[in-house]
Amino acid sequence: MLHVANLTASIGGTPILRGLDLDVGAGEVHAIMGPNGSGKSTFAHALAGRDGYEIDGAATLDGVDLLDMEPEARAAAGVFVGFQYPVEIPGVNNMYFLRTALNSVRRARGETEIGARDFLAVAQEAMDLVEMKKDFLHRAVNAGFSGGEKKRNEILQMAVMQPRLAVLDETDSGLDIDALRIVASGVNALRSPERSMIVITHYQRLLEYIKPDFVHVLVDGRIVNSGDHTLALHLEDHGYADFVNHELDAPERPLSGAAT
Amino acid sequence: MSETAREIEELAAASYEYGFSTDLDTDIAPPGLTEDTVRLISGKKNEPEWLLDWRLSAFEAWQSMKEPDWAKLEIAPIDYQGLSYWAAPKQKPVLESMDDVDPEIRDMFDKLGIPLHEQKMFSNVAIDAIVDSVSVTTTFKATLAEAGVIFCSFSEAVRDHPELVREHLGSVVPVRDNFFAALNSAVFSDGSFCYIPAGVRCPMELSTYFRINSQNTGQFERTLIVAEDDSHVSYLEGCTAPQRDENQLHAAVVELVAKDRAEIKYSTVQNWYPGDENGVGGIYNFVTKRGRAHTDAKISWTQVETGSAITWKYPSVILQGDRAVGEFYSVALSSKRQQADTGTKMIHIGADTTSSIISKGISAGRGQNTYRGLVKVLRSAENARNYTQCDSLLLGSDCGAHTIPYIEVKNPSAQVEHEASTSTVGEDQLYYCRQRGMTEEDAMSMIVNGFCREVFDELPMEFAVEAQRLLSVSLEGSVG
Ligand SMILES: Nc1ncnc2c1ncn2[C@@H]1O[C@H](COP(=O)(O)OP(=O)(O)OP(=O)(O)O)[C@@H](O)[C@H]1O
Ligand SMILES: [Mg+2]
Repeated sequence: MLHVANLTASIGGTPILRGLDLDVGAGEVHAIMGPNGSGKSTFAHALAGRDGYEIDGAATLDGVDLLDMEPEARAAAGVFVGFQYPVEIPGVNNMYFLRTALNSVRRARGETEIGARDFLAVAQEAMDLVEMKKDFLHRAVNAGFSGGEKKRNEILQMAVMQPRLAVLDETDSGLDIDALRIVASGVNALRSPERSMIVITHYQRLLEYIKPDFVHVLVDGRIVNSGDHTLALHLEDHGYADFVNHELDAPERPLSGAAT
Repeated sequence: MSETAREIEELAAASYEYGFSTDLDTDIAPPGLTEDTVRLISGKKNEPEWLLDWRLSAFEAWQSMKEPDWAKLEIAPIDYQGLSYWAAPKQKPVLESMDDVDPEIRDMFDKLGIPLHEQKMFSNVAIDAIVDSVSVTTTFKATLAEAGVIFCSFSEAVRDHPELVREHLGSVVPVRDNFFAALNSAVFSDGSFCYIPAGVRCPMELSTYFRINSQNTGQFERTLIVAEDDSHVSYLEGCTAPQRDENQLHAAVVELVAKDRAEIKYSTVQNWYPGDENGVGGIYNFVTKRGRAHTDAKISWTQVETGSAITWKYPSVILQGDRAVGEFYSVALSSKRQQADTGTKMIHIGADTTSSIISKGISAGRGQNTYRGLVKVLRSAENARNYTQCDSLLLGSDCGAHTIPYIEVKNPSAQVEHEASTSTVGEDQLYYCRQRGMTEEDAMSMIVNGFCREVFDELPMEFAVEAQRLLSVSLEGSVG
């Protein structure tokens, strides 16, 4: 479903992603782990089409080239990124934001827009999923939200948008134990044969709740190792030392991810 | 960054959708301003002697006054002798019902989205429609009369309620107050008058729509609102003008009198023609607005200023009585070559008076936006309080925002607080919205509207929607 080949991204001439390969099949959940600054968020933004990178290589979703599209067109194609640092938009009502977002992609896909009343039901269902209190819908987008509340709000948005590909960038960071469970069960509830997920995380703990099909190690802009969930356990015990030193210069590694 | 800046600039360069003009048969005076012009206007309106004398004293004052020093404004000199001071649509002198309104005028207001047929209207708003400074019709008069509310054109008020007009005219903005107020007092043509008797809560919103249609005419309306003890009224003015290459002068005066425990809420949605990207044409909007709040009275100004080439206005409140309350909520957008110099004056005279000021300035294109506000606490104003918050939003790198607060405190018990912020629409915010599927334009308009939320929340419901739309339209452009 998602096919990424030799993807490079640099900022002002400084390379960040240095030839990233990844295939994510329909219904699969892939975890990406890696040291700070290795390029995990950059990968998410490269898929979402953020300005400011020089991009090369290929990234297709269901065979459609993502790299030429504007961010909003990628969203309409089904790409959703749960932000590591969700953005505050003061004065804009959360519910209104969600409905505008959903109707924007529906319009782009030639579907009918959802009215305020019907949307309420959609929002309510999503709220239940992440056990969010109702008043969050009436507050401004992320404004004054605690770190954990922002992350929960990202999952709420994912539940409303029903994306084809969700990239969750450290959605578990900053969550308390209960919130982690809630977010994880929200994610699990949204797993489906038509939906693929990439979960970026630093912690094996999240992967106990969300059992990934594959785990990848991203170091210095490249995927240097891939395996099943036991790889995460190994990292938990040994850190990235094994990979940081010699794997860096290793030739391309075979991928264990399924084909598109 | 530069890519986004350019796009934002394009977004800001939207076109003006009310730029049409209507072919009305108009009675227009030759250009020039002398004592005879003042007499001509007064005569055309069959005014009583006292009003002519009042005008003449204003004219005399004006002749000895100097134009204000424009501080932050770049402005071409205005040729006061090149203007015409009287333009009125020719029409039947008395209108008994909506059917008497000139169909051309009715069509014009339909185009503006303001239907004048009562049955079709916003059910809870009475409208006074003013074209080229002359009131053409006032709706819902009968309903209002039942409540004892007088809502009519200024000329009618002079004719039908001369004692009320005489008592209050110039009582808040004296003729010599400033250059433009003096000019207005000498040559004002029409406007709205509104009187709420003691204890009455006005049963509907009152609204005046101003439309400048003629070319090369100065526009000088006069609005007077008197709210007797314990009364309440909410009033809205809207303004549009056709697209013209010349600058047009609009110098209105608005006076509000809120007697004991009365409340006046005055909202403005100003969308005069702003001129084009190169600064050609557009309205010079030099307006004096002031209210006097007596004991326990409250005056609240809310303004959304998206139009005009130059806006120069400081809706003010004289907090005369003890515990009087003054509020000022403002959104001012300057894009293209627009310049806005706006703010408020809160004059605390009574004890325990409070004022609050929320100003949101948005600058885009090559627009310049200045907040200029005065908070003055006189010796008599024991325990006066003021809170001021000025937020500026910059869209692009060729525009400017300036905040100039003046604070004069003569009573040490006063508490005056001032907060100011300047921000840009974050690329992060735009990207976040676009990642959620919104176009850049939609995202921009959503973010800017969010920035203005606190002010829009103060507008009457029907107009909050209108204001948001207006802001979006003013920001929309050629992207996509
Ligand atoms: N705008 C930028 N200008 C310069 N360098 C940047 C910019 N954005 C990111 N980088 C650099 O790119 C590298 C990768 O950043 P990225 O945010 O993708 O890391 P990450 O793997 O997500 O790290 P973390 O685990 O801390 O979230 C970092 O070294 C970062 O400093
Ligand atoms: Mg990151």
